[in-house]
Amino acid sequence: MSTLNASKSALTPPEAKDQSLNSGKCGMICLICSEITFFGTLLAVYLFYIGKDAPGTPTPTEVLDVSVAPLKVLFNSIFLLTSSIWITIAVNCLRRGKIRQFAFWWLLTILFGLEFLVGTGFEWYGLIAEEGVTIRTNLFGSGFFTVVGFHAAHVTIGLFLLTLIFILTLCGFMHKRHAEKVELLSWYWHFVDGIWIAVFTIVYIIGR
Amino acid sequence: MNTLNHSNNTPRLAGDKTPFLSRMHEWIATADHKKLGVMYVTTGLIFFMIGGLEASLMRWQLSAADNTLIGPEEFNRLFTMHGTTMVFLVGMPILLGIANYFVPLQIGARDLAFPRLNAFGFWLFLFGGALLYFSYFGAQGLYGMGSAPDVGWFAYAPLTERTYSRGHSTDYWILGLLVSSFGSIATGINLITTILTMRCKGMTLMKMPLLVWLMLIDAILIMIAMPPLAAAQVMLLFDRLMGAHFFDVQGGGSAVLWQNLFWFFGHPEVYILILPAFAYVSEIIPVFCRKVIFGYPLMVAATVSIGFISLGVWVHHMFALGLSPMVNAIFMGSTFLIAIPTGIKMFNWVGTMFGGKIRFDTPMLFSTGFLAMFLIGGLTGVMLATVPFDWQVSDSYFVVGHFHYVLFGGLVFSIFAAIYYWFPKVTGRMLSETIGKWQFWLLFIGFNLTFGPMHVSGLLGMPRRIYTYQADRGWELWNQLSSIGVLVQIAGVLFFTWNVIRSLRNGKKAGPDPWDAWTLEWATMSPPPEYNFEEEPVVYSRRPLWDLKHPEDPDWKYE
Repeated sequence: MSTLNASKSALTPPEAKDQSLNSGKCGMICLICSEITFFGTLLAVYLFYIGKDAPGTPTPTEVLDVSVAPLKVLFNSIFLLTSSIWITIAVNCLRRGKIRQFAFWWLLTILFGLEFLVGTGFEWYGLIAEEGVTIRTNLFGSGFFTVVGFHAAHVTIGLFLLTLIFILTLCGFMHKRHAEKVELLSWYWHFVDGIWIAVFTIVYIIGR
Repeated sequence: MNTLNHSNNTPRLAGDKTPFLSRMHEWIATADHKKLGVMYVTTGLIFFMIGGLEASLMRWQLSAADNTLIGPEEFNRLFTMHGTTMVFLVGMPILLGIANYFVPLQIGARDLAFPRLNAFGFWLFLFGGALLYFSYFGAQGLYGMGSAPDVGWFAYAPLTERTYSRGHSTDYWILGLLVSSFGSIATGINLITTILTMRCKGMTLMKMPLLVWLMLIDAILIMIAMPPLAAAQVMLLFDRLMGAHFFDVQGGGSAVLWQNLFWFFGHPEVYILILPAFAYVSEIIPVFCRKVIFGYPLMVAATVSIGFISLGVWVHHMFALGLSPMVNAIFMGSTFLIAIPTGIKMFNWVGTMFGGKIRFDTPMLFSTGFLAMFLIGGLTGVMLATVPFDWQVSDSYFVVGHFHYVLFGGLVFSIFAAIYYWFPKVTGRMLSETIGKWQFWLLFIGFNLTFGPMHVSGLLGMPRRIYTYQADRGWELWNQLSSIGVLVQIAGVLFFTWNVIRSLRNGKKAGPDPWDAWTLEWATMSPPPEYNFEEEPVVYSRRPLWDLKHPEDPDWKYE
């Protein structure tokens, strides 16, 4: 129906500017926001229950070891947090098309993340097998294993995705043009690291 | 320049002889926002019938004092399933479905930002709902015959703990909602991204149709408020399955904490449900009054402030709990505060109608019904926000009356308005006006007959969720009126079903723009082709179709 054609207008409309933005970035920011409210709830509950346990049950001060010894939590945290630096370098390499360097830094990120996961595993083994603290023991146990467990689950998901990209790189599928998508994954990884700062502060500093 | 072409307005599938299985496959494997929108709304309406059936059974039981039709256990299951179904399996999918269908069309996009995530979200919702209803068969597990959850839709701890809720019915409640709320979060994120990044040329934020604005705020609320529910449910699940102590009072856990967590989700959820209602009437009222919406910038500002304030009012569900007077006073204040932007909206809708050439077609009829019914629900809401009054009527039928005026008189009426308004766009055929008017009046009378007397029985002291009452309480008359009202409402819903079936077969052909409306969805054919628009539209004002129809007096001259 040509009567609906605006070109017949005698008046000139103002300029119509392009409104489109990058959907991937926006979607990832939204995902991270929703994850933050999820972890925020868990952490609020953890904060609420600090010091509310019946006397005689294990307390965080007794069982959580924050010394700098290898495979203890502080050591693991340094590995996790520095992995954020490596992933940024990796994405920059990919952006410049340096695939071999990208692969190196990407692998380093995976290994550092893996160290964190293994370290958490040892910490849990110590708590469960040696100290006898489980999710059923008391409020501290419930909160600790839920919060740290959900964080570790997110690290695991991240590592799975990172490994997937690494395999694709080895098979020669990764190119300069993928830098933008890989950067989104790096945002997720930064989020996992950032949340760990909050978890560490609440569980290992305030909570003790 | 803009060439919105709809010369070809015959439905694409007219006379289509595709075999049944291929057509089914097309629906099941689809990632198209329009097909998913239709599936959302259809499943939502089916769950609406199921939830309505549950309500009818409860009303039947309550229609006489000392009735023994339904026992207390089954009654508990019925109100739990009714509430859970209506909120999570009716309200959520219908609002997400309508947003799915019309947000991309109104912003001139081809689809949502992540079409496969959209399909994933739908199937999560559907299987979450199926999981919840499977509890009727499998919930008791080894304990015997299955049965549904019976802990109420807000599932207060410690009633939900293993000690008090044997078998697996509560686990089904948790898992069913967890699965379907992940679907809602995914679709919420999808909608935010679509609205923020995929608007057509010229559509700045302040040129978006109000439906799009309201769905943006709605989706942000989904993104912020649903993950805390998921976290709370996960903790409850750990309590039940692994012996954690979050809400287990014997183990030092806190039942009050669950209430806080649930209502921190629960109150924004009320606004998640009602903002789309505002969205539909904000689209419909201007078209049927032949005027632009009154106070567009104020509508947007009110929407944003409702979204913001709704995150800080949740304790008004817990006034009777005995928190400190200071806490109660603060939340009473914040609850009063939310009445201000809501009032602004009411005045803007009335202001739009004022001096307009009102056409009382069925969509407008339902929208006007919405205004009146939602006003009553809003006023009783302000009453309930007052702490001393709330202490008197908390957990009574007054509260039941109040939230049904908001969610039935508000949400469901506006959903019917939306269905009558957009059915021609979706199917290419008009719904019958005569049957539509019958449906409206039956539903309107039945609705008021059912939920009006509840205010009285509540003030007379009848608590909610009781399965029967003694004859000497003076509640019988009011309950009988409520139950008769249900029969009238059932008639109304049957008229609707008949109207849909009849109009799908031989309703009047709609054409692309049957209401002479102004937003972009009416610029394409009915039903829209898979690609929505042949060319990406360009808009210069809030009413792009007005500009096209009236090139001598376009809106952009005044905005």
